Formats: sequence, C-alpha cells, structure tokens
Amino acid sequence: MPILEIEGRKYEVDEDGFLQDPNIWNEQVAQDLAKTEGIEQMTEDHWKVVNYLRNYYLQYGIAPMIRKLCKETGFSLNQIYQLFPSGPAKGACKVAGLPKPTGCV
Amino acid sequence: MSEQVPKPEELVQIDYQPPAKPWMDVPVEFRRGTFCYAGAKKNVEYLGFPNPRDWQPMDEDWKLPPNWREIILEGMRDRLQKFRSFRLFMDICVRCGACADKCHFYLGSGDPKNMPVLRAELIRSIYRRYFTWTGRLFGRLAGARDLTEDVIKEWFYYFYQCTECRRCSVFCPYGIDTAEITMIGRELLNLVGCNINWALEPAANCFRTGNHLGIQPHGFKDSIEFAIDELEDLTGVRVEVPIAKKGAEVLFIMPSADYFASPHYYTLLGYLLLFHQIGLDYTVSPYASEGGNFGLFISHEMMKRLNDKIYREAKRLKVKWLLGGECGHMWRVLHQYMDTMNGPADFLEVPKSPITGTVFEHAKSTKMIHICEFTADLIRHGKIKLDPSRNDHWVVTYHDSCNTSRAMGLLEEPRYILRNVCRNFYEMPENTIREQTFCCGSGSGLGTDENLEARLRGGLPRANAVKYVRDRYGVNLLACICAIDKATLPTLLEYWCPGVEVAGVHELVGNALVVDGEKERTTDLRGQPLRRKEVTANA
Repeated sequence: MPILEIEGRKYEVDEDGFLQDPNIWNEQVAQDLAKTEGIEQMTEDHWKVVNYLRNYYLQYGIAPMIRKLCKETGFSLNQIYQLFPSGPAKGACKVAGLPKPTGCV
Repeated sequence: MSEQVPKPEELVQIDYQPPAKPWMDVPVEFRRGTFCYAGAKKNVEYLGFPNPRDWQPMDEDWKLPPNWREIILEGMRDRLQKFRSFRLFMDICVRCGACADKCHFYLGSGDPKNMPVLRAELIRSIYRRYFTWTGRLFGRLAGARDLTEDVIKEWFYYFYQCTECRRCSVFCPYGIDTAEITMIGRELLNLVGCNINWALEPAANCFRTGNHLGIQPHGFKDSIEFAIDELEDLTGVRVEVPIAKKGAEVLFIMPSADYFASPHYYTLLGYLLLFHQIGLDYTVSPYASEGGNFGLFISHEMMKRLNDKIYREAKRLKVKWLLGGECGHMWRVLHQYMDTMNGPADFLEVPKSPITGTVFEHAKSTKMIHICEFTADLIRHGKIKLDPSRNDHWVVTYHDSCNTSRAMGLLEEPRYILRNVCRNFYEMPENTIREQTFCCGSGSGLGTDENLEARLRGGLPRANAVKYVRDRYGVNLLACICAIDKATLPTLLEYWCPGVEVAGVHELVGNALVVDGEKERTTDLRGQPLRRKEVTANA
C-alpha cells in the first residue's frame, strides 16, 4: 500500500492518492492532500467545498451529487474545477478525505 | 494524471506494423496508462473471492496461489462443460480475420493482440494444449502453448483491454461472441485473484448497499428530494417521487449515476418530469437502486448475485412490471441473462402501458422494458405534448450504446424520440452506428483514470465519427442512453473533438416536454438559456 509522506507526516493512501482511512482526516491532512493536487494554499473557497463534502460524508457515508455540491456551495462546476483541477470527485473528494466514487461516474 | 497522457497528435500516430517475432514470443509490457489497478484486498475479501492480497499489475510477483495452474485448468474444464458456447468458440474459429480490424482497441492501438481473433487465441492456445489431442501431441505446431505465469499476465492485460462490446461478433461469419470469451477469461483470472478494482469496488458497494456508489437509503432519498426541489425551481412544477411504495404499478430502476453524477443527473430530471406529466403510478427503490451490474465484468456468479435484487424488490413491493432507465450493460444482463438467471418472474405481469394500452409482448418473459420503448410508444400515440424548439441550442447526434444496440436491438426507439424532441438531428456514418456502433472505449469496468491512454485509444474510432458530424453539421451534443457513456465520453470528446457535449435522451425529452401548470421555460434542465430559432426542415 503506498505511503504519502509530507514533512514527516505519513498517510496510507490508495494508488490514486486517496486516504485509506477517512477517520484520520483533519485540517492538517486536508492541507497535505491538497498539496498532492497542486493546491499550495487552501483558501476560504477551498474550505467551503471541503467542509461541505466532509459534513455530507459524515451524515450520508458518501459524497453528495455533483449538482448538489454546486448548488449548496454556490460554485459552478467550472469554478470547482478551478479550485480543484482534478474536479469534484478526484480532486475535492480527495482533499476532503472521502473515498473515490466508483461505478459509472 | 492528465499530464502523462500524450497529445492527440502524438497518440494518433498508430503503428500497425506487427512485431517481427511470433506472437507467443512477445511478452506483455505493463506501461502506465494502459492497464487498471488490481482489485483492492478489502473488496476481494468482501465479495468472498479467492486470494485477497496487496498487489499491482506492475509488480514482478503477482502472488498467485501455489496451485494456480491447477486452479485455472480445472476452471477451464468446468466451464467447457458448463458453457457449450465456450467450447464451440474455442473449436470453430478458422482465423479468417474478419474481426481483426473491427475492434476499437486494435484500431486505436495497432497492437495485434487487440485483434479479437488473437485476443481469443490467447486462451485458445491453452485450450489446445490441455484439452485437445492435436495440441497435446504437436504443441506449438498445432497453435498450443504451455500455461505459464506470463500467460496469466497477458490474459490480464488483454482481457481488461476488451470492453465486451461485441462489435467484432457482428462481423464474424461463425457468430463467435468474443465478449463471452473475454468473460470466461476474466472468470478464470478471478479464480486466482487477478481482477481490477474498478470492477470490484462497484460490485462490493452494490452488494452492500444496492448500488455501485455505495449510497445508503437516506442518501438516496436526499438526492431524489434535491432533484424534486430543483425541478420545481426550473419548471414551477412540483413532482412527487414515491420511494419504495408498495403496490405501485411500476418499479423504475435506473443506474445510480443518474442520481449522483453529471450530466447523468439531467436525465433523471427528464424521467421525473415525464412520469409526473403522464401520471404514472410508479416507485423507485433504495434497495434496487442500481440498474448497472459490474458483476457482468467479473463472473456469471457475481452478475447473478447482484441482479437478484431486481426481481426480489419487485416481489416485495408487489408491483406489476418493471421499467428500466438509461443504462447500457444493464440491458445485456436484463435482456439476455435475467430471465433464466433470476427468473422466472411469474409473479409479474406482461408490461402494459397504462397510458396507451400497448402491451409489450417482447418482454413477456422478463417483464421489464426500456424507458425508450415506453416513451417512444407515448409519442407514437400522441400522449405527450412536445416543444422541440426548446432544444434548438443543440445540434444532436446519437451514439448507440454497445449493449442496448447489439445486445437488445434497441435501434429505432431512441432515434424516434430524438426526432420528436429536437429539430437538429444528424446521424454519424452508417458503419459507426446501430449494430455497428463503436464503443466509448471505457465500458466493462475500464472507465477509470489510470488506464486513460488505453481509453483514449479505444475511443478514437467513436470520437472520429463524432468529429465528422461536428465538422460537417455543427453537431454540439451527443445523445446516448448509457451511464458509462455519460461518464466517459465527455473526457474522450474533449480530447479528440472538443465542443461536443454529452446528454441522455431523456434530458432532451425533459426539455421539450410541455408540462401542465409549468411556468414559461426560459432555460433547459441544465439552467442554460433557451435559444429558439426558425429552422427549416430537418435532414
């Protein structure tokens, strides 16, 4: 299993760099995962998306619908791609410590 | 990820010159971008499959069980007895090569082992060696070879570089169904724990929660309620969506991506508006919350286990018949396996449209019809009012999904619907549509990211045909009825022919449908402004 190491902090991740154990997530983890997505500094907008995803995940055990994420955070899909270049599933979900959505998505 | 993918002008330089050495002497090379990650241990364990472990295809040691050879050969023997088609397909191929240039993966990669004939030969050579006397006696002279670990690696590479689309089988003079050979190949690999995570994780999720994404009932309800609210914002009409309503006439089953991903979601809005307008007595279920069946991409047994929920839920809810949404491979399972695998569904009635009275006789055994059949029938009987000018901002072409076209013959209904809901509709060249349709290149569990180069290569013939209608007619929308298409074609088209978006047929139905009591529509279901225009008669 690959290990992601950032400034001495080590995380077990999958082949795509998603956190293996969503329970160890905290803000520091998010900042570290963001670096792997090419996000040097998490802004207020990044946190808005990440916190929304995180809270939804804690309630429902899954990421929200993409459309719902856009509507509830007020960002268009394009804006989400600007914030997280790999997109809502592969980028934003990764930073929020959620598992990668699978299937016909 | 994306920075590793070559540019289109590089990728299109395809070398069709085969290697100088005989194919048996060319080892497989696991180059990043061309294969999928291995099934994660937790998913292999969850599904109760053999040999759960941490491994990846690029590892030297695949950690096969010590008696892997016996397992594979015993598995082959068992399947040769169980599936007459498998033995027949092993025996009758004359290697005429009619299939060779029909495979999208061969066309896009130039790799001769992607010719369907040679892909099948990978397993046929083992069949000859261990199950025919000519192969036992004459070995390589008779096209036979020993089963080694390298053969297993080669199987893994090429059986997970076939999307089971069955285009080659259309051209085979013997009717050999290479998809079934791939399916057997994958089953055998699965016996020794060689599978891909993009097929296993959805299957594990589906087994646990009823859908590939792992959405639980409260999440299902939340998504449906969100769609109801948004439809009200868009149209001024509040629809009702009964969830797990006992005694409803119809159980509607869609792919889970329809209530999760984009652009699938807009198709969901289309379904809901349609059912509201015609007053259909229906229900959706958080248990049978997935039409798709990634078990098809693993083994017959897994397919059966996942599909079980459909009839089970129909029975529990006491519905009369089943309606299925815009999903591709779901229809291969429902149309060709469900009846004997999970049936007979003698507790259901032959589907009959409560609006038109049409009895769908062709489904009298499975009791399940496709929403395009249902909607086309409504239009044919003039039961819904449509304003196709609301789709004037789209110039549309239609991509036949492999499974709805080749596995169930659904060719006319989607086109009939499209011609009624939009005014600019153009077909791609005839050798790329209907039963000759080209695959998206990402079906059968290959729609992940780590194999993006393989997907882009496999999707090249499809994208090329889309480019033709884009350049000739200004096509800016590809309509389709498969969730994998909706997930993967946007990436493919952005790469090979930018400027063409992807939508479900029922998204366009939802745009055009005139709903009682609706406010004046100024946007489509995506919230984009309408651009009605005067157009002359359609092509």
